Amino acid sequence: MKTPIRLVSLLAAAFVAVTASGGHAVAQDIKIGTVLSATGPASFLGSPEEKTLRLYVDKINAAGGVLGKKIALVVYDDGADPTKARTFATRLIEVDKVTAMVGGTTTGTSLAMAPIFEDAHIPFISLAGAVEIIEPVRKYVFKTPQTDRMACEKIFGDLKARKLTKIGMISGTDAFGKSMHDQCLKIAGKYGISILADESYGAQDSDMTPQLTNIKNKPGIQAVVNPGFGQGPAIVTRNYRQLGITVPLYESHGVASKSYIKLAGPAAEGVRLPADALLVAEQLPKNDPQRAVDVAYKQTYEKATGEPVSTFGGHAYDGLFILVNAMKRARSTDPAKVRDEIEKTKHFIGTDGIFNMSPTDHLGLNLAAFRMLEIRNGDWKLLQAAR
Amino acid sequence: MRALLSSRWTTLGLLCLVIAALPLVFPSGYYYRVAALVWISAIAAVGLNIFMGYAGQVSLGHAGFFGIGAYAVAIGPARFGLNSWLCIFLGVFLSAALAWLVGRPILRLRGHYLAIATLGLGFLIALVLANEARWTGGPDGTAVPRLTIAGARLMEPVTWYWISGGLLTLGTALALNLENSAVGRALRALHDSEIAAALAGIDVARHKLRAFVIAAVYASLAGSALALFDGFITPDAAGFLRSIELVAMVVVGGIGSTAGSIVGAGLLVTLPQILAVFVEYEQIALGLIIMVVMIFLRRGIVPSARRLIVRRAP
Repeated sequence: MKTPIRLVSLLAAAFVAVTASGGHAVAQDIKIGTVLSATGPASFLGSPEEKTLRLYVDKINAAGGVLGKKIALVVYDDGADPTKARTFATRLIEVDKVTAMVGGTTTGTSLAMAPIFEDAHIPFISLAGAVEIIEPVRKYVFKTPQTDRMACEKIFGDLKARKLTKIGMISGTDAFGKSMHDQCLKIAGKYGISILADESYGAQDSDMTPQLTNIKNKPGIQAVVNPGFGQGPAIVTRNYRQLGITVPLYESHGVASKSYIKLAGPAAEGVRLPADALLVAEQLPKNDPQRAVDVAYKQTYEKATGEPVSTFGGHAYDGLFILVNAMKRARSTDPAKVRDEIEKTKHFIGTDGIFNMSPTDHLGLNLAAFRMLEIRNGDWKLLQAAR
Repeated sequence: MRALLSSRWTTLGLLCLVIAALPLVFPSGYYYRVAALVWISAIAAVGLNIFMGYAGQVSLGHAGFFGIGAYAVAIGPARFGLNSWLCIFLGVFLSAALAWLVGRPILRLRGHYLAIATLGLGFLIALVLANEARWTGGPDGTAVPRLTIAGARLMEPVTWYWISGGLLTLGTALALNLENSAVGRALRALHDSEIAAALAGIDVARHKLRAFVIAAVYASLAGSALALFDGFITPDAAGFLRSIELVAMVVVGGIGSTAGSIVGAGLLVTLPQILAVFVEYEQIALGLIIMVVMIFLRRGIVPSARRLIVRRAP
């Protein structure tokens, strides 16, 4: 019985020793923390975020740092587990004593961490989608990605411009699909859209023909909207064409990656979706203010990592620079002063859009941040803003 | 020496000592938080060990009961205005009732079939929690109202360190007591051979069911504790990975040993924190350590260590 107690004490000692040393940062460095889901089910989101943060922190440091100091990035991987995320958030605040945090890959982990940063008065810029993170407004919590409500608004706006008002919905039951579905239902009335059919499917389902048949058989449907994520929407798209449904199909920003086009194949032709300008960086008109930022980020990221750019990494880019700019304006790394300056972010051109934050809006993006794309010849095509 | 090592008082005494002594070396709330998470996981692991270690059965869906306990304290107060304390017991009651209902048919199965049935049960609970968004908040999770005592909200890691530590001590005492009771002996008998146990007059089905229900109660309590401690819960708490993690705690620590379950929980909760400094290699190191433990300490950490000491002792 002696060995286990020795083991426990050894473990405890190692634990205290390793955590107390808090990485290799020098005392004068500005510590920025990040808790990301770099492994686990959300790694396809967390991994580009981590690469982006590391890449740009190195770049900033090589160019002389911020306020004459270097940035030390403290990275923890929560594996998309909210309990772990909370533990790491506590660690960032109490052990690493960070100035601010840019991270929180999923809505679940972000919502789990938000109260901790709020209590500790440390700014937290989340990289997750759902509107609940910033509504109601928490003083110290911000976020960079467009919300799923904005995606619905963008889609409904486009529908209205095409005079299509009776739609069917088929939504994934995963976190993303569910959240966006609920937001769409909430705002449909505002756009004069009536939802005649409301179907759903599981994230792992491999055939959505029954649900789509229900939609097809409902008379009067003029378009179909599919909030979803991962492989589900690709199967919906294939089944949609197999059933010979001819009304327009709208996907969400959740499929804004080349793998969707690959999975859905020719069936994806003509599908419309709201997405980041980043996806069509090179197609943006010369006078578009976002063009320079998007093209630069895309080229830098693709050159450094050898991977195609994703919008998720773009969220991290925006979060990091909103924070860095706020520190520069505050001429301080005091968390409270930095927070005040983050809230005053005006006309910051990021990959997600142009940010104008305020005490009541801790996101600061408007609908212009989403572009309406159509898939043509197996590639994204930027549609002219429908007005 | 041998007597001292196998005495249940030794395990219990050491546990109390560790719980009482750790705060002496803790510099901040973060350490209390990690330790509290260890105690909470250990409660579930000690319970699972009664089913796996004493009775020799397999449950791959045990996090389901953990999830029921967690969501009982989330849904009850927020949607029905029930008292959080009452909801803890409601969760325990629900878990026990479900374990009893489902356990009656599925505990007739053996080996792989039982493992698959429990696996299915776990998946079903996690699915319900993720899909019934009206009640559970869906896959993004839901906030859990804090527990209050005499108007004070319990949310500090230090408070939860003592609450969960106390719960674990109580749970351990009961588990050790059970091990040395008639029921414990009956469970071990059916662990060795169900046929022999039946021939000796032991009601095999009833004892298996009893162990399953007890294990479900432990998991439910641990789930409620985690939800109230974190103030936020997602369906991952009931997920397959969490079930496997619980089984791993029992197996790595030493199946059949209550002290082992606690050590296993300690190892699996603290290792990711210790290894977090080496972000890129964390997963590799974690896997390697668990592999090495399973290869060189095949009976699990605590039983292997105990054997080593007994062999060396004069």
